[in-house]
Amino acid sequence: MESLFAITTGILSACGLYLTLRGRTFPVVVGLTLLSYAVNLFLFSMGGLTTDGPAVINGSNNEMADPLPQALVLTAIVIGFAMTAFAIILAMRARGDMGNDHVDGHDHAKHDADTRKDNVLKERQR
Amino acid sequence: MTLLWITLLPLLGVLAPALTARYGRRYCSMATAVLPALALLLTLSQVPSMLDGDALRFSVSWMPTLGLDLGLRLDGLSLLFNLLIIGIGLMILLYAHFYLAAHENVGRFYSYLILFMASMVGISMSDNLILLWLFWELTSLSSFLLIGFWSHNSEARKGARMALVVTGAGGLALLAGLLMLGNMAGSFDLNVVLASGDIIRNHAYYPVMLVLVLLGAFTKSAQFPFQFWLPHAMAAPTPVSAYLHSATMVKAGIFLMARLHPAIAGSELWSSLVTIIGMITLLYGAWFALMKTDLKGILAFSTVSHLGLITALLGIGTPMAMLAALFHILNHATFKAALFMGAGIIDHETGTRELSKLGGLRRAMPVTALLTTITGAAMAGVPLLNGFVSKEMFFTDALNSTALGGLSGILPVLATLGGILSVAYSLRLVYEVFYKPTTQAPPIEPHEPPRLMRAPMELLATLCVVVGIFPFLADGLMQLATNAVLVTPIDVNIALWHGLNVPLLMSMIALAAGIAAYLFHAELRRFLKQFSPLDARLVFEASIQCVANRSQQLMDRLENGSLQRYMSLLLLTALVFAGVGLVNMPSLTGALSDQPADGVLIVGALLLILSSVATAALHRRRLVSLMMLSMVGLLVSLTFARFSAPDLALTQLSVEVVTMILLMLALFFLPQKTPRESSMPRLLRDLSLAGGLGVIVASLNYAVLSRETTSISDFFIANSVPGGGGHNVVNVILVDFRGFDTLGEITVLAIAGLAVLKLLNRLRLFMPHSDAEGRVWSQDRYPMILTIISQALLPLAVLVAVFILLRGHNAPGGGFIAGLVTSVALILLYIARGVDWTQARLDLQYQSVAIAGVAVASLTGAGSWLFGYPFLTSAFGHLHIPLVGDIELATAMLFDVGVYLAVVGATLMILANLGKITTPHRLPNYDKDPSGTEPPNNGDTAKESS
Repeated sequence: MESLFAITTGILSACGLYLTLRGRTFPVVVGLTLLSYAVNLFLFSMGGLTTDGPAVINGSNNEMADPLPQALVLTAIVIGFAMTAFAIILAMRARGDMGNDHVDGHDHAKHDADTRKDNVLKERQR
Repeated sequence: MTLLWITLLPLLGVLAPALTARYGRRYCSMATAVLPALALLLTLSQVPSMLDGDALRFSVSWMPTLGLDLGLRLDGLSLLFNLLIIGIGLMILLYAHFYLAAHENVGRFYSYLILFMASMVGISMSDNLILLWLFWELTSLSSFLLIGFWSHNSEARKGARMALVVTGAGGLALLAGLLMLGNMAGSFDLNVVLASGDIIRNHAYYPVMLVLVLLGAFTKSAQFPFQFWLPHAMAAPTPVSAYLHSATMVKAGIFLMARLHPAIAGSELWSSLVTIIGMITLLYGAWFALMKTDLKGILAFSTVSHLGLITALLGIGTPMAMLAALFHILNHATFKAALFMGAGIIDHETGTRELSKLGGLRRAMPVTALLTTITGAAMAGVPLLNGFVSKEMFFTDALNSTALGGLSGILPVLATLGGILSVAYSLRLVYEVFYKPTTQAPPIEPHEPPRLMRAPMELLATLCVVVGIFPFLADGLMQLATNAVLVTPIDVNIALWHGLNVPLLMSMIALAAGIAAYLFHAELRRFLKQFSPLDARLVFEASIQCVANRSQQLMDRLENGSLQRYMSLLLLTALVFAGVGLVNMPSLTGALSDQPADGVLIVGALLLILSSVATAALHRRRLVSLMMLSMVGLLVSLTFARFSAPDLALTQLSVEVVTMILLMLALFFLPQKTPRESSMPRLLRDLSLAGGLGVIVASLNYAVLSRETTSISDFFIANSVPGGGGHNVVNVILVDFRGFDTLGEITVLAIAGLAVLKLLNRLRLFMPHSDAEGRVWSQDRYPMILTIISQALLPLAVLVAVFILLRGHNAPGGGFIAGLVTSVALILLYIARGVDWTQARLDLQYQSVAIAGVAVASLTGAGSWLFGYPFLTSAFGHLHIPLVGDIELATAMLFDVGVYLAVVGATLMILANLGKITTPHRLPNYDKDPSGTEPPNNGDTAKESS
C-alpha cells in the first residue's frame, strides 16, 4: 500500500512538473494544480496511512490518524485554489495585454514569422 | 556620559552648516566650528581623569544578542587621534573658509567635512569591534563625498569612485576579519579582545583573520599594493587632501593596527608581513614622490611613503618602535597638513601646481616660503625639527629590529634609503617652488594669501619647531598613547640628543646623500622616461570594466528572458541536491513493512496514475486535459476519504468543483489548443527532468512511509477536548491550537481575491464566437432544469453549510468546508441564471464579505486580550437550550465563522467577477484578436461552453 502510494505521488509530481515546463500559460496552470495535488498527498502521508481512524475523539479505541498533517493540508488545499485562481487570471490578463499566451509574454514563432514578413516587405519597397 | 557627547557633538555638527549656510559664509564657518570645538574641549577636560591609567569607558546596551553595544572609550590612543582629528579639522575649516571660491556651496562642503570628522572620532572612540566597523564604513562613504566634491570634474568623480571601491572592498574584508576576531575572543568588547591576545594568536584561523584585518587596514592606509587610489584622490579640493591625507582617513588603517596591536600583533606572521609591506610602501612612495611634477602628487606619494614608515614601525612592534610609530603619526600629521595647505595656497595664488611652471616665489610670498621650508625640512628630517626626532627613532628601531629574523640586517639599509629619498623629494619641493630662479611667470601674479588663511600653517610650523627642539614636551601625550597600545607600559622620555651613534650617522648619510640625489635626479628622470609609465587609474578602470563585462555575460547566459529556461534550471538544481541527499542515504526502505493493498485501492491508484498521465499527455487539447485533471482531483478526494481524512476529502471535493468552473471560464478566453512548438531535445530534457524529480518524490515519500515517525500530534489529541472543547482534532488544530496560522491563511485568501479583482479591472479580452472546431456557441438561453434545480438547491445547500459549520468542532466539517459548499451553491445559481439576474437579487459586495471574515477572525483573537489572555486564546462553555439540549459554545466557533465568511467572500470575488466580464455590456469595445480573424460574439453563452 505504501509503495503504491509513493509511486502515485511520484507520477503525479512528474506529470505536474512536465506541464509546468510547457511554453503556454494554460498547461502551466494545469501543471501547477496537478503538482499541488501531488504535494498535498505527499504532505498528508507524512503522518502515515491510517485506515478507518479519523481524528475525531468519540471514545472508540481505533488507531487514530495523525491530525496535524491533515490540518496543514486542509489549508494548503484552499490556498492552492487561491493560487490557481490568481495564476489563471494572470494568464488571462497577460493574454489580454500582450496578445498571446506564451509564458515569456511574446510569441517566439509568430515573432520570427513577422520579422521575416517585414523584411520581405522592406525588400520589395526597395 | 561625556564620552557620548564627544562622539555625538560632531555628528550633530553635521546639521550646523546646513542650517546656517544661508546666512553667509562667515556665520556658517563660525557656527560649524562651535560643536567640534566643544567636543575638543570635552576631550581635553577628560585628561586629568585619564592620568590614573585606565581607559575611560561608556556603554549602552544596544543589541545585546548580537554582542553589539554602543561602547565608547577614551584612552591615550583615542586622545591622540581625537586631538589630531578635531584639532586639525578645525584648522582645515578655517583654511577652507578662504580656499573655496565664492560660488561654491560651502554648507554642503562643511557638512561632508564634519560628517567625516564625526566618523573618524567614532573610529577612535569605539569600544566595540562592530561599532568601530560601522564608523569605518562611514568614513569611506563621507570621504567619497569629499573627494568627489567637485562632481563636475571627471577626474574627481573617478578618483572618488576608486577610493570608495578600494576602501569599501577593504571594509568588507575587515568586517569578516573583525567578526572572526570577535568570535575568537568570545566578545566584540574591545577590552575583552585586547586581553585575549594569546588565545587569538594560538587560534587555528589566526592567519586568515590577520590577513583579512590587514586587508582592511592596508587599503585604508594606502599600503602597497593598494596605494594607487591615494594619488587619484588628489582631485579633491586641497582642504580635503590636507585633512584626509595628513591626519585622518589614511591614518585610520594605522590607528586600527595600533588599536588591535595587543590582540593580533606579536606573531612572526605579523612582524614579517607588516614590516615588509611597510618598507616596500616607504620606498615605493618615496621614489614616486621624487618623480612627480605636480605639487599635490609629490605630497600624495610622500604621504604613502610616510604611512609605510609608520606601518613598518608597527610591524617591528617593540615598545620603542610603537612609541616611534605614535610619535611619527603626530609629527607627520602636523607637517603634512601644513605642506598640503601650502600647496593649496600656491595653487590658489598662482593658478598652477606644476613644478615646471613655478619658481622664485620666495620674493612674492616670503612668509609662505618660510613656513613651507620649515615644514618641508621637518618632512626631510632636518635636525631641530620634529620630523628629525621621530625619524631618528625609526632608524634606531630599524637597526635594533629582529622582525625579519636573519634578514633583519637589510632593515637599516632600507630605512636609510628611504631617508635619502625623502630628503631629496622634500628639497626638490621646497627649492623648486620658492628658491630656484624661474624662466616663466606663473598664470596669476602671486602674492601672499589672507592672514587668517595662513594662520593654521603658522601654528603647525610652530609646533614642528617646538616639538623639534623640546621633544620632551610631547612626553605626556605619548606616555598616555603608548600605555594604551602596550601590554606592559614603558617610561617615555623623548630626547633630541643621544650622543654620537649609528642612527645619527644614518641621518647624516640621508641628508648628504639626499642632497646629492636631488642634484642628480634630473638624469634619473631622463633615464626613466624610456619606460612607459603604468597609469594606475587606467589599469584599475580596465579591470573594473572587465569584471562588469564578465558578469554581464554571465547574466545574459543565465537570464535570457525565457521562463521555461529558469524553470528547468530551478528543477535541475532541486534534482541535483535531492539526488545527492538520497544517494547518501544508507537504505531507502525503513523498518516498517507495507500494509496489504486491497483491490479497490489498486484500481483507484491505477485510475489516478492514468488520469494524471492523460492530463499531461493530452495537454494540447486543453478541454480534454482539464477533464482529466478534474478526475485526478476527485480521486485525490477519494484517497483522503480512504485514509481517514474526512475533512480533507470534503474540502478537496468542494474545491475541485470551484476550481474546474474557474478553469473552464478562463479557458473560454484562452486559445482552446496548444500549438506544437517544443523541439525534440527540449521534450526529452523536460521529460527527463520531470521523470527524475518524480522518482525522487516517490523515493522520498516511500522512505518516510516505511519508517517509524514520532509525531507531536499526541499533544493535540490529548488536549483537544479538555483544552479546545472540540472532538474533531483537525478542526481544533485549525481554529484553536494553530489559529494564528489559519488567520494568516484566510488573509492570504482574501488578498488573492482582491488581487484577482484588480487584475480583472479594465481587462479587455477577445471573445471567440465558436469553439476550437469552429462550431458556433449554442444560442440557447439558460437550461430550464438547471434553473429550477439551482434555485431549489440554494436554501438546502446553505442549510447544509450551516450544519457543517456548526458541527465542525466535533465532527468532520468546519468553516473552510461550509464556506466552499455555500460558494458552490451560489456559483450554481450564477451559472443557471447569469450574472445579471443573480446580481439583481443578491447585491453583495464580496470583497466586503471577505474582509469582514478576516475582521471577525482577528477580532475574535483580539477579544482574548480583553480578558488578559494572549491573542487567540479560546474559551468554551456549555449552554442548555430547552428542547434542543446541550450546545457547546466556543469562541473558536466565532473564529470559524470568520473563516467561513472569508472563504465565501474570496471564492465568489474571484468567480463572480470573472463571470461578469463575459457579460457583453461590460465590454463596449472588443479587442480584436491579435491574429485578427474572428469577430466577437455575445459572450453570455460562455458557461454553456463548459
